[in-house]
Formats: sequence, C-alpha cells, structure tokens
Amino acid sequence: MADSSDISPVSSARRIALKAGLKLGALAGGAGLVGAGQVSAAATPDPLITEVQDWNRYLGDGVDANPYGKPSVHESDAVRRTVSWLTADNKSSINFTPLHKLDGIITPNGLCFERHHGGVADIAPGDHRLMINGLVETPLVFTMEDLERFPRESHVYFLECAANSGMEWRGAQLNGCQFTHGMVHNVMYTGVKLKHLLAEAGVSPRGKWLLPEGADPSHMTRSIPIDKAMDDCMVVFRMNGEALRPEQGYPLRLVVPGWEGNMWVKWLRRLEIGDQPWHHREETSKYTDLLADGTARRFTWTMDVKSIITNPSPQSPIRHGRGRTVLTGLAWSGHGTVKRVDVSIDGGRNWSTARLDGPTLAKSLHRFYYEFDWDGSELFLQSRAIDEQRQVQPTKDALRAERGVNSIYHNNGIQTWHIRPDGSAENVEVS
Amino acid sequence: MLMIAISLYVTSVQAAEVSPGLGQSIDSEEVSSVDISIDPRGENLPAGSGTAVSGATVYADKCAACHGTDANGGDGLADSLVGGIGTLATEKPVKTVISYWPYATTLFDYTRRAMPLDAPMTLTDEEVYAVSAYLLFLGGVIEETHELNAQSLREVQMPNRDGFQSVWPDM
Ligand code: HEC
Repeated sequence: MADSSDISPVSSARRIALKAGLKLGALAGGAGLVGAGQVSAAATPDPLITEVQDWNRYLGDGVDANPYGKPSVHESDAVRRTVSWLTADNKSSINFTPLHKLDGIITPNGLCFERHHGGVADIAPGDHRLMINGLVETPLVFTMEDLERFPRESHVYFLECAANSGMEWRGAQLNGCQFTHGMVHNVMYTGVKLKHLLAEAGVSPRGKWLLPEGADPSHMTRSIPIDKAMDDCMVVFRMNGEALRPEQGYPLRLVVPGWEGNMWVKWLRRLEIGDQPWHHREETSKYTDLLADGTARRFTWTMDVKSIITNPSPQSPIRHGRGRTVLTGLAWSGHGTVKRVDVSIDGGRNWSTARLDGPTLAKSLHRFYYEFDWDGSELFLQSRAIDEQRQVQPTKDALRAERGVNSIYHNNGIQTWHIRPDGSAENVEVS
Repeated sequence: MLMIAISLYVTSVQAAEVSPGLGQSIDSEEVSSVDISIDPRGENLPAGSGTAVSGATVYADKCAACHGTDANGGDGLADSLVGGIGTLATEKPVKTVISYWPYATTLFDYTRRAMPLDAPMTLTDEEVYAVSAYLLFLGGVIEETHELNAQSLREVQMPNRDGFQSVWPDM
C-alpha cells in the first residue's frame, strides 16, 4: 500500500478477490469456487504478494519485549470463556477451554479450564507443606524441596470435570464445543508417584482410603481408594514443563489419571489415610448421579469413553464454502487408550473411520481427523469413540434410557452439530 | 575398563528402591491442628455443642445473606439448604442438605471447612454445632431443643440415608 492511501491492505485485497470471483463464475459457468484463488491472482495481482507490507519493512519488537511470551495479538479470541448464569459466585465458578481453537493433543497452560470453590489460592512455594497423616506408621510433612528429591516422572493425562456436558442431559443447550465439552484439558505433568510418598510414611494394612485436602479456602476433599492411590496417582508441581499455574493448584496438585477432575485436589496440603470413605460434601451433595427413580449412583469416578468434533462446530463454522473440508476433534477414555473414532456426516446413518493422529497415550486426549469434500448441503456431524476395553461411546438417548435426565455428571453421549448450507453450525440432537 | 565398572555400579544403585529418608515426622498435636476431616462415624468431631435456638442467630448473621432467610436459597444466589423432600424422583429434583445428604456429619465437616463462603474457618466449633442444628431443625430432622454434640450429631438419621448405590466394585 502507498503511504498516502487510507485504505487498509486487507480490505482492498478482499474487494479484489470478490471481483475476481465474480469474473470466474461468469467464465467457468458454475464450476464452483475451487481454484478461484489461483485464477484471481492471474487476473488481478494480489497486493499482499506484489506490494511491500508494513511487516516487511518496519522492524518489530526485539528480544525480551515479552520475557514471558504471549500469543499473537491476532489470536485474542483463543481464550477461556465462562457462562455467568451457571454458578452463583465467580469465586466458586468455572470457565471453559476453547477446544475449537486448539490442535494436536496438548492444552496450553493458559487455556486449561478453571474450576475453583474458593478462588485461586496464592501460595509461596517456600511456605507450602504437604502432610501425610491418619493410618500411617509415621505422620510426615514434606516441603516442596523434599518433594523434588523423590524420583520424578512425566505423564500426559486428560483432566475432565465430571459435569462436562452436564447442561446437555435434557437436550441441546449450549452453542459451541467450548461450552458443551470445554471442561477438559490435556497436560504433561511432572511430579512424583504418590506411592513413593506413602511408602515413606508407611501405610497401615488397615488403610484402605485416601483423603486429599486442598489448602485453598474451600479445603477441598475427596475419598480415593488406596489401590488407585498406589497405582498411578501422582503429586505434581509442573505442567507442560513449567511450574503449575496458580489456577491449576500451584505449587502442588494431585493427579488422578482417568478419574473425574474434582478428585485432582489443587493446592494439595494434606493426605489422610483412613479405613472407610469420608462421604464429604463433594462426594455426596455433588458428584453423585441422581437416577430417575430418585436413588443416586455414587463413586462413579472413571470418565468413560467420549469424543467431540471441535471443527467445524458452532464457534468454528465452515468459511471456505464447498470443497475439501477438514473435520477434526478429540477423543479420550479414563479406561486407557482410544482404539478408534468413527465419524458420521449424516447424523449417525453412515459411519467412516477417522484418522487418529499423534501420540496414542492411555488416559490422554487423542486427536482425530477426517477429510472430505463438502457438497454444500446440510450436514449432521457426529463422532463416536471406542476405547481399548471396547467400550463404545453411547448415544445421548441410550444414556438417558439408563440414567434419566437428572444425573448432571458423566454425560459422555454422542454430540451432533448441524452444519447449514452457509457453513454455520448449531448444537442439535437428531432422532 | 575402570570407567565401565563405575557406570555399572551407579546404575545398580539407582535401580534399588531405597527410601530417600525425606520428610519431617510430626507430633499428634501438630496433626490435630489441621486434621479437620470427619467421617460418618464422627470420631474426629470436636468438643462443644449447640442447639437450633442459638443456631438461628448464627444463621441470620452469617449465612442468610447468601442462602436466604428461610435457607431456601437467596435471590438465586447460593444453594437451598432445606426442603425438597419427596422431589428426588420427580422432573425437578430439589437436592438439599435435608432431602439429599446421607450423613449429618457431612454438614458439620463442610460448614466448618468451607462456610461462610467469604470467611471459611472463622466459625467456632460451638457455632458450627449450633448452625447445623438450626438447619436440621428447619428441615424437620430434629427438634428445636435437640442438642448437637460429638455424640448426638453422628446419631442423626438423615432422610436420604439409604438413597445411594455405590458403583465402585469394592463397596
Ligand atoms: C457469601 C455467600 C455465602 C455465605 C455467607 C454462606 N454461604 Fe454457604 N454456600 C455459598 C455458595 C456459593 C455455595 C456453593 C459452593 C460451592 O459449590 O463451591 C454454598 C454452599 C453451602 C452448603 C452446601 C450446599 C449443598 O447443597 O451442597 C452448605 C451446607 C452451606 N453453604 C452452608 C452455609 C452456612 C451454614 C453458612 C453460614 C455459616 C453459609 N453457608 C454462608 C455461599 C455462601
């Protein structure tokens, strides 16, 4: 662009492309938009190619402009979002991971959804203590420095809130995978296997249960069977290589692979060993699944096999018109790895197997892709995951037949996105 | 030769799972200052007592602003704490302490550790007993003059005590 012009490069380019598109339509007579880009470049030069742009000649920031790097200013809508009416108070509230803005399997630390019950505790690591007490030979207290001297391990695990998709039990409700499925994230944690710490304290043979407790004002507690604690649970201080984020429990959180996120107690300050569950508020009033007959299922900890198409989706419509379209999404299972993901574009009548890409890790998100040529007609997109135990993700109707509509938690039903001819998408259900 | 011998030796020492001897042992007084968890047997309940009569004042001062004067939930602010009996199997279940919670010990434990939301751990044990008694009285579970203490609290029979089925195979 010439300096004297007040028209921005982007809008002038857009106008040119439109003109070229019209010409092409007249010439090619309905051959569609495929290839329009090349033809327009030949007909009218694209100033983004032929003209010197600002970023070609004005030097940008030097090193250290951002000692802790941030995303591009053009990605400002890749943020966590909340739905204010879902909870009473923002100190005990939630927000959601923007799944439609992400690719691969790892969730960036700043985009991992948040759920707190008493705000984000601010704890200096030097002031933090982890106590082990109850049915142990020697009650012990560890400093953060102590914990880092145990053998460290790193593992990638998904964390899903049991209430993820909980608004959808009675029908399609929230418009976007961020809101229907965004209470999940996938992180590589570094820390210490819980069994090493418990061995130091010496668990009594009568010790059958573990009660982790948070240091935040809610003093979160959950009861966890000792077998799970000794199997793959960890106390961790790093996520994706760096220190835990404050909102994810800095300086120390519990990791309970494959099990509901509420059990992954943040700001972990105490581990009590007992011989029976404590039946605390978060495992009676909450995180129990009410059935239609008025009784409730409890200790429903494992997150069952689930998947979601992240693109296209209501917040990520098809913008390129007909032609080659990349469908992608995430699949996971608290029972292990995901073996297969099927995709349907006609509301579940016909299924094709999607391509799983990237690492296939147990109790981790898996990424799938399905490329197809869209003819511009309406679509009903669905995905269905199958895990290593051959558990198949159920339809929402099958779930309701078994559990009614008052469960709130553990909704792993198949999601449908309705794609309209204009490429926009909506949360619907098909029957 | 020497180098190889040393590296083999180092490897075998690392592989052994020897206790690193980390962590400070603590005495029972330090433990009990933070061990606030109470299970349905109530063995860890503190000394003290209270009735609905004194609990009404605690409730009005410290809870009503959020949970409503009748504990039926504020202006959509925080959970209803009483009512809802008989609704669990209906279209609109109302899950409250009274209609849903299986154990009264949970009410004591949670109120002490997490309420009032904006000032947790500020109630005295007497106040927690009293406000628990008040809520159980409002919900029709105990009489107004029924004293709650470490012994009587664990004996309270909640209406939905048997409303839960455990999915975990061991239970
Ligand atoms: C500042 C507002 C506020 C005040 C004051 C307050 N609460 Fe709460 N209370 C809440 C909120 C919000 C929740 C839900 C918290 C959550 O889910 O993390 C809650 C939850 C509860 C619950 C659990 C309800 C359920 O069904 O799970 C109980 C019991 C309770 N409060 C009792 C009390 C008592 C007793 C007091 C007074 C001593 C009190 N609250 C004062 C806001 C408040």
